[in-house]
Amino acid sequence: MATHTPTASRRRWGSTVAGVLVLAVMLFPLYWMLNTALQPESGLLKVDPVPGSLDLSGFSKAVSDQGGHLLTSLAVSLGAVAICLLISAPAAYGLARFGLRGSRTIVFGTLITQMVPGIVIANALYNSYVDLGLVNSYFGLMLADASLGIPFSIVLMRSFMVSIPGEVIEAAQIDGAGPVRTFVRVVLPMSRNSLITSGLFAFLFSWSDFMFALTLNTTDEVKPITLGIYQYIGAHVGDWGSVMAASVLSAVPAAILLVLAQKYIAAGITGGSVK
Amino acid sequence: MTTSTVTAQTPAKTPEPAAAPDPARIARRRRLAQWGFVAPAVVFMLLFFGYPLVRNVVMSFQHYTPKTFFTGEAPFNGTDNWSNVFHDALFGKALWHTLVFTAGSLLGQFCIGMALAVFFSRRFPLNGVLRSLILLPWLVPMVVSGIVWRRILDQDTGVLNSFLDTIGIGGHTPWLTSPGMALLSVILVNIWIGIPFNMVILYGGLQEIPKELHEAAALDGASAWRTFRSVTLPVLKPVITVVLVLGFMSTVKILDLILALTDGGPADATQTLGTLTYQNSFVQLDFGAGAVVGNVLILISAVFAVFYLRANRTEGK
Repeated sequence: MATHTPTASRRRWGSTVAGVLVLAVMLFPLYWMLNTALQPESGLLKVDPVPGSLDLSGFSKAVSDQGGHLLTSLAVSLGAVAICLLISAPAAYGLARFGLRGSRTIVFGTLITQMVPGIVIANALYNSYVDLGLVNSYFGLMLADASLGIPFSIVLMRSFMVSIPGEVIEAAQIDGAGPVRTFVRVVLPMSRNSLITSGLFAFLFSWSDFMFALTLNTTDEVKPITLGIYQYIGAHVGDWGSVMAASVLSAVPAAILLVLAQKYIAAGITGGSVK
Repeated sequence: MTTSTVTAQTPAKTPEPAAAPDPARIARRRRLAQWGFVAPAVVFMLLFFGYPLVRNVVMSFQHYTPKTFFTGEAPFNGTDNWSNVFHDALFGKALWHTLVFTAGSLLGQFCIGMALAVFFSRRFPLNGVLRSLILLPWLVPMVVSGIVWRRILDQDTGVLNSFLDTIGIGGHTPWLTSPGMALLSVILVNIWIGIPFNMVILYGGLQEIPKELHEAAALDGASAWRTFRSVTLPVLKPVITVVLVLGFMSTVKILDLILALTDGGPADATQTLGTLTYQNSFVQLDFGAGAVVGNVLILISAVFAVFYLRANRTEGK
């Protein structure tokens, strides 16, 4: 396979060109978002294909208007990741290794939960949240956002933990480690990759969440960036430059994660959904 | 492990006098510690998934008004919500839009995703980089994608129309503002969002297919298309089922994309069961009506859940 005849290698680069074209079409909307963000003045009219000069006033306006919401998103998402991992990692281990009666039913239930429409959950949750005083609270939104990642993480980590060799765990137990110690000292370090993948996805789910942000908040106290931008277009219909700048900022985590952790992302998309 | 009849066993806690270590007692204590790992997740899922499902059914028989939030009273009203919702013409429209939106999105996402998966299965330089960059649209928050596309599809100042104008076909298409076009536009945007997910999973499936199968087909003189139809597709069937069912699950309930693009308009042309649930409950504050629509949405999902579990079972064993 490694021998490159001139025609074969030309054909390969031909595929690369085609691939770049496909990518250009697929990513055009994201380019256009950046391009519009850099031309805030022409935001109302037609936008030039390439920004003539870098105008960052859209960004500075977006930061001053939406910066707080970005921080809210960050805080809520990190909280949701923490809750998600705290709850799903032990459960994944328990379901993978303990052979508890009912494990299969629970795994089955976990799969089912991934099919419950979010708006249905919000519908019922809102009323309970009102009663519990969780509306407009960071903790309330973190809990709801954690629900987006928990079933996914349990399924993903469980399928990983099933494959940890039993001898490793038995060896720890022979050394006198209880279940908690074994879990923290042996299982968690070995499951590092699946923990990272789960955490990453829990973060993305929470960062992208719009519905819980929209429904479980009635004031402006807890407003993540997704809700911020949505309300921004309502109020600033003409000011597309700032809206797009805010959009760019909200897409930054996705871009960073993609660059830093592409292998985990691909593993998460395939592993979490097919298994 | 083979049966799954009993859900949770909580051993009756009968405190026994501290005698010699009783093996049964030790085993019981160990079980209890083991349940400690699983219990928080079970409780969480019961609260955040189980309870809402039940509560929605109850709510669909209750009368909610804006006053409910001051008085806390939502009296039961029999099947009033159900008959009100079903007699409203908007419900039928939303149901139809949901089906068209879901079917159209799945068809487009799958076909393009599959084509790209096959394309990226070829070996060429930079394959891996291009393949991972194509994921970006899937990772960006959906509501943000919606807003970006809203700008692109703007009738007068959007780049799509000015592009079409330049190359001389059309140029004044009211993508999002005419009732006849809006649903199609929303579907097209959702296809764009769903392509990466379809591509990644199908690509993974294609990598699993043993090379010999294709070589054998090539020896038999089968054309590329014939090989794809007669060898690749059948072998890939389990993966295809999973992709389609998961795609269905995530598409049928989409709310944020539609709200960002059209807010359900113009003239309710893009109203789906998801947006209708939202409208009923959180805009009109009629949570009873919202629950009815939500329950219909669940029912539709449940039908496909059966498909999914069946696919999952054949996949796992």
